[in-house]
Amino acid sequence: MSVPLLQINNLSIEFNTRRGNLVAVEDISFEVAEGEIFGIVGESGAGKSLTGKAIIGLLEAPGRISGGKILLNNERIDNLPYEQMRRLRGKSIGMVFQDPLTSLNPLYTIGRQLIETIQTHTNHTATQAKNRALELLREVGIPAAEKRIDQFPHQFSGGMRQRVVIALALCVNPKLIIADEPTTALDVSIQAQILTLLKNLCRKHGTAVILITHDMGVIAETANRVAVMYAGKIAEIGPVREVVQNPQHPYAQGLMASIPVIGRKMKYLAQIDGSMPRIAERPSGCAFHPRCPHAIELCNKQIPELLNKGKTKAACLLFRNGNP
Amino acid sequence: MAAFIIRRLFQSLIVMFFVAFVAFTMFRYVGDPVNQMVGIDTSLVQREALRERLGLNDPFIMQFGRFVLKALSGDFGISYQHKRPVTEMLLERFPATLELSLVSAIFSLLVGIPMGVYTGLHRYGWLSRFFMMFSLIGISLPTFLIGILLIFLFAVQLQWLPSFGRGTVIEIGGWRTGFLTISGLKALIMPAITLGLFQLTLIMRLVRAEMLEVLLTDYIKFARARGLSNKAIHFGHALKNTMVPVITITGLQIGSILAFAIITETVFQWPGMGLMFLQSIQNVDIPIMAAYLMMIAFFFVLINLVVDLLYYVVDPRLRVDAVKAHG
Repeated sequence: MSVPLLQINNLSIEFNTRRGNLVAVEDISFEVAEGEIFGIVGESGAGKSLTGKAIIGLLEAPGRISGGKILLNNERIDNLPYEQMRRLRGKSIGMVFQDPLTSLNPLYTIGRQLIETIQTHTNHTATQAKNRALELLREVGIPAAEKRIDQFPHQFSGGMRQRVVIALALCVNPKLIIADEPTTALDVSIQAQILTLLKNLCRKHGTAVILITHDMGVIAETANRVAVMYAGKIAEIGPVREVVQNPQHPYAQGLMASIPVIGRKMKYLAQIDGSMPRIAERPSGCAFHPRCPHAIELCNKQIPELLNKGKTKAACLLFRNGNP
Repeated sequence: MAAFIIRRLFQSLIVMFFVAFVAFTMFRYVGDPVNQMVGIDTSLVQREALRERLGLNDPFIMQFGRFVLKALSGDFGISYQHKRPVTEMLLERFPATLELSLVSAIFSLLVGIPMGVYTGLHRYGWLSRFFMMFSLIGISLPTFLIGILLIFLFAVQLQWLPSFGRGTVIEIGGWRTGFLTISGLKALIMPAITLGLFQLTLIMRLVRAEMLEVLLTDYIKFARARGLSNKAIHFGHALKNTMVPVITITGLQIGSILAFAIITETVFQWPGMGLMFLQSIQNVDIPIMAAYLMMIAFFFVLINLVVDLLYYVVDPRLRVDAVKAHG
């Protein structure tokens, strides 16, 4: 196999605060192949968005990468100077944010925002850039693009705005798009449309996607592979079908069990008891052990490593000697 | 848009009418103008005759009606003190005040906005801290003190700039301007700084606060994620979004600059309207006071109208007649 598009090696993210260093993301590694849709799923605060921001180099102070490497096309990008990283953003790595209602500058027409982005990364003339912008708007399914290009964001509905945001992220054909909760702010009927659009466009252009969400359903429908994150670490990583249908890690099992299934009658929805520990109060050993139904004594002492388990990898001490 | 302007003009007329009413009523009860105009040895008969001639014995409504009608045609009566038409006197003084106000407004915007942007971007830089400290001085020192300090330093000690007056002025079509001579420009520097310093610090702090807020918004993060240059993000996307409150405050402040140039004009003996107003108060020269009040009110109304129109220019969301969202 050739070199993966993106390699994350032992990435850690820290916050230097007055109360000491808080480790938000600890020692995670994964790869994203060209054209692949890679899902990152987890609860709020699991570190999924931070991972996305770290890749595109937009961690906000006091957050910083404290260890590990990020490689794009086998070249390190986590230690690039600001100006070089800026040129990479939008051109090689695009990003789609959660809230389309606030992602667009309200004072500029969408055409201006598109053209500005295109001209930042290419040598297009104004006319060429405008034609490209029109082409993009048609591609993301905005009707009457010639008319719409001169309108302001407030004249678009939420779903339409997210289409514009996707057009903006795709406008110079980046190799990778980081979609951070791209459908969370949209209503369910629009969610499916936007996901389909994103999926089709990326397949067409061969763009890889890192899809960050807390919605397992979205991942199941869209992604090829998935990483389940818990308290700053990867709990389980593998092909999406395996992780969904045959999860190994107790946390992933709990997550999957809590997805309600239409047609199956139950009195209460299944849940994982307790909640994820706050960043400053993570327990020793495996961070999940206080909530884990299968926890053994060793769990609060030893930090589990990712181990092969069937077709996925899971970080659980139960698997330390082969099958439990 | 046209409907909006017409509505606003109508509102402005009502405001002006009420200001006229207040001006007229208030000044009618400020002392007896006849006492001010005549000597002690004037007989009661003569006083009464003067009173009759000035129309001061007519019923209130008639006097007010006469005042409004005359004001509409730009006639604010004759100054009790100077025995000259008030309008003529105001127009004579107006260029001096307007030039001073404009220069100090432009000075405070041209310096205040970049300083605000800088302090907003480099929040913890030492230069930002210096600017913030400097702005505290600008906000807390009274205008006359700043003026006197400037005079002491640049006029008395260094002798670079004149300490009072407008310098040489050139008259163009009845407008006496100090812009065209070196001495006129030199005379303008200190009064303009004195008058503009408070506005400058206000604008700087406002722009800074707005920038800090705007820089946290999603569209700025998204603009960064698209790889736009810092210049485009800071001065295009961010600064433009801070403009609505800045325009509001600047508009109001320009009104204040015009109205409260009084102190600066006194300190620098600037021959503008403010100085004349102050003298007219000392002499209970009611026509001048009333006319000045009317004129300042007119400027406030005018500036507010311009500010409202500027909102439309800056913020597309306010253009209500634009197509509503669909899709």
